[in-house]
Amino acid sequence: MSDSTTLKMDVPVPASLLDAGTQGLIGRPLDRIDGPLKVAGRATYSAEYALPNLAYGFLVQAKVGRARVTGIDTAAALEMPGVLDVVIDLDTFIRNPQQGGSNKAPTQGVEEIHYFGQVVAIVVAETFEQARDAAARVHVALEDKPGLFEFDARLEEAHKPKGGSTEPHVATGDPDRALAEAPVVLDAVWTTPSQNSAAMEPHASTAVWEGDALTVYGSYQMPASDKQQLAQALGMKPNKVRIISAYVGGGFGSKLGIAPEVVAAALAARKLGRPVKTVMSRQQVFDATVRRSNTHQRIRLGAGADGRLTTVVHETVSSNIEGEEYFEPAGVSTHFLYAGENRRITHDLLPMDWLLSGSMRAPGEAAGMLALEAAMDEFAEKLGMDPVELRKINDPEQDPLKGVPFSTRQLTRCLDEGAAAFGWKDRNPTPGARREGEWLVGHGMAASARSNHLQESQARVSIGADGRATVETDMTDIGTGTYTILAQITGELLGLRPEWIDVRLGDTDTPPGAGSGGSWGASSSGSSVYLACEALRAKIATAMGCAEEELTLKDGRAIAQNRSVPLSSLVGEGLSAEGTIKPGKLEEERRQASYGAHFCEVRVNAVTGEVRVNRFVSTFAAGRILNEKTARSQCIGGIVFGIGAALTEELVHDPRSGRVVNHDLAEYHVPVNADVPHIEVHFLPERDQFANPLQSKGLGELGISGAGAAVANAIYNATGVRIRDYPLTLDKLLPGLPTV
Amino acid sequence: MQFRINGQTYAAEVDVRTSLLDLAREHLGLTGSKKGCDHGQCGACTMLVNGRRINSCLTLAVMHQDDEITTIEGLGAPGALNPLQAAFVKHDGFQCGYCTPGQICSATGMLDELAKGWPSHVTADLESVTFTDAEIQERMSGNLCRCSAYPNIVEAIREAAESQHLAEAAE
Repeated sequence: MSDSTTLKMDVPVPASLLDAGTQGLIGRPLDRIDGPLKVAGRATYSAEYALPNLAYGFLVQAKVGRARVTGIDTAAALEMPGVLDVVIDLDTFIRNPQQGGSNKAPTQGVEEIHYFGQVVAIVVAETFEQARDAAARVHVALEDKPGLFEFDARLEEAHKPKGGSTEPHVATGDPDRALAEAPVVLDAVWTTPSQNSAAMEPHASTAVWEGDALTVYGSYQMPASDKQQLAQALGMKPNKVRIISAYVGGGFGSKLGIAPEVVAAALAARKLGRPVKTVMSRQQVFDATVRRSNTHQRIRLGAGADGRLTTVVHETVSSNIEGEEYFEPAGVSTHFLYAGENRRITHDLLPMDWLLSGSMRAPGEAAGMLALEAAMDEFAEKLGMDPVELRKINDPEQDPLKGVPFSTRQLTRCLDEGAAAFGWKDRNPTPGARREGEWLVGHGMAASARSNHLQESQARVSIGADGRATVETDMTDIGTGTYTILAQITGELLGLRPEWIDVRLGDTDTPPGAGSGGSWGASSSGSSVYLACEALRAKIATAMGCAEEELTLKDGRAIAQNRSVPLSSLVGEGLSAEGTIKPGKLEEERRQASYGAHFCEVRVNAVTGEVRVNRFVSTFAAGRILNEKTARSQCIGGIVFGIGAALTEELVHDPRSGRVVNHDLAEYHVPVNADVPHIEVHFLPERDQFANPLQSKGLGELGISGAGAAVANAIYNATGVRIRDYPLTLDKLLPGLPTV
Repeated sequence: MQFRINGQTYAAEVDVRTSLLDLAREHLGLTGSKKGCDHGQCGACTMLVNGRRINSCLTLAVMHQDDEITTIEGLGAPGALNPLQAAFVKHDGFQCGYCTPGQICSATGMLDELAKGWPSHVTADLESVTFTDAEIQERMSGNLCRCSAYPNIVEAIREAAESQHLAEAAE
């Protein structure tokens, strides 16, 4: 009888213990167990730990786009009241954040300035006000250098990146010849701008040293790998670094890797011998954390007159700092979403002296499907077909690129049921044909797809002598519902009510979890908890003197062989077990993804060009839904990100310096309450035995995938104006609108 | 300086530059009010000052020594949530929870403004303000939620307000 269970997903799990449980928790729309703390303002976020003798740090930035630091004059700052020090370490400070999941330090050394707003020093003072004021008096002397601030005119300088989780270039068949021979062809270019995750909680770290050991209270999505990154950046052993991220005020990719404030705070705290808290200002978050890359995407589709795709070509260029090889995998869903025996999907990268680009909610799909799903809409029109029908007849039997089966795929059913729920059959396919007063009304749709990933994840589950259970993992809950679904899984498998379960997250002194990113959180950390509970069930069965399959656990009691005893009577001083899930062969042997279909109605003001999203209906299939309430909220949140991408979100880079001109929440326009209509979300029943023992798939990024294209397609249907340059702001629409 | 917050008196020595928000968060241990932008652009710091909602990052603590201030901690506690807080939990009117205290304080002030008949941008008849989703959405648009719980926030506020009206009608 083992204290730990490890499962590598090399073979499917056709029978999940979740279906054998009798507690009735799985899938139910339970309220979040962390809800009361959050609505009462008692959940403790990164900058909210009361520590004795705390000093405040404020970051100093270089306000040029490309330069070399020749000196930093701290005299004026040091003379100011309350200022303790100005800490400068041009070699150790990190130039930019790290990408998610890396175990290495990000690029270090800040003497060379590669983007406007790069952090070069930190002022530490007794109070926040003193530190902020003094930071403005630090003079950074710079020798200007010519910078790479122009994207469009330099496209031909883009290179094939080294590669990452997505293969940069893939091809099959003979796409050029097939395009030349295809009776119907579409060839167009879409562009999407840089974007910012704009999580509501700014990046913040409080660094506390005890001897040679460092504890950081910070806002992180993936503490297990963030700890490795930080340790390496500081030249420390990872076991001397502890990260605590119990509550995280949103991430959306921006907190996957460590950011400049933590290294600065840690160095300052070590030098001063005091805890140092450093919260980035909102402007610093925009300037010096991470953006979603802008993209240039050329799509060519070829089909017969019957609409059956023969060719899919999606060639993309994104941007990053020279030497940073992360690229926006904009063609990732184009790999497998539609049929077509001839395909080429490429990702090239253009060096820019703009802030780092990295993962933002649905890296790849979010930007790529803005283009692909708009292309499918245009192609349907060209073919004289309904856009739903075009997608259905091109729903492939297997992965058209790799030739492997899908794990589960219900795209066609999502399209059919979504269309029925929305009333798609009543849509007028003629653009600009429906007008109500000064409003032009249109309907649009798009498919949704997001690759499913499993990450190695570990958790410990313990049952105390009182019969209560504790779940421990450094997995995080960034709003995704982790606290709640881990309690549901534990409760289901151990027969406990959620209020008898303590879930402790975000502390790297507990087993390393998958972290929150890539929509893998619930499946990965949930599976690790499942496996720990499976090991505990074996121990309980032994204590009960019965076979595991005879054992029923319900409401704190163990039941077998006509006996029912309190669970607490079987655990002695307490039981504990660890579970570990690992990705395996099924990642390659089955194409795994979640799917959906978006339908929406927009109204475009014929006089002003203002766009209002009026109605949104989406249907998703994402394996087993663990909590119907939190799952729905995740999908709604994703859809709203898509509305923002379609209509308002754009980081504007100054062409002279790369500076993010609109570096705050007044000028970078995320959707507000009045921008968002009632959103109807439907889930199809599904179990994916190839994915993990929970048979669930990711859905945190499914909502955004394709959502913005549905809005763009509806705008075309409303107005007859096709804009391929996102966001679709009114200045782009107005010239094409009918004369008033 | 002395402050009245959530019915209690606090004494603190703070910089004249200290915002009301930083007073609460950094000096009084009241971290329920959140800092999202420090520029009055996101609403996460919303508090009630003499019953009216205010972006507490845009006002200095020194200006509020004679005011009655309410933060999220004064509206309810876990185990004793007020109806609005409970409705936010029930309708999942939040995800990461960072904007939530500001949303709830803002909704509290907003419902009072509605009850007093103050019009908004979407009010059709200035003489008669009606309680509609459009009014809630317009009046809550100063509180950003990047997790985008907006539809659930509207449902939570509507339900809490309706139950309050019912309770008042019964009295």
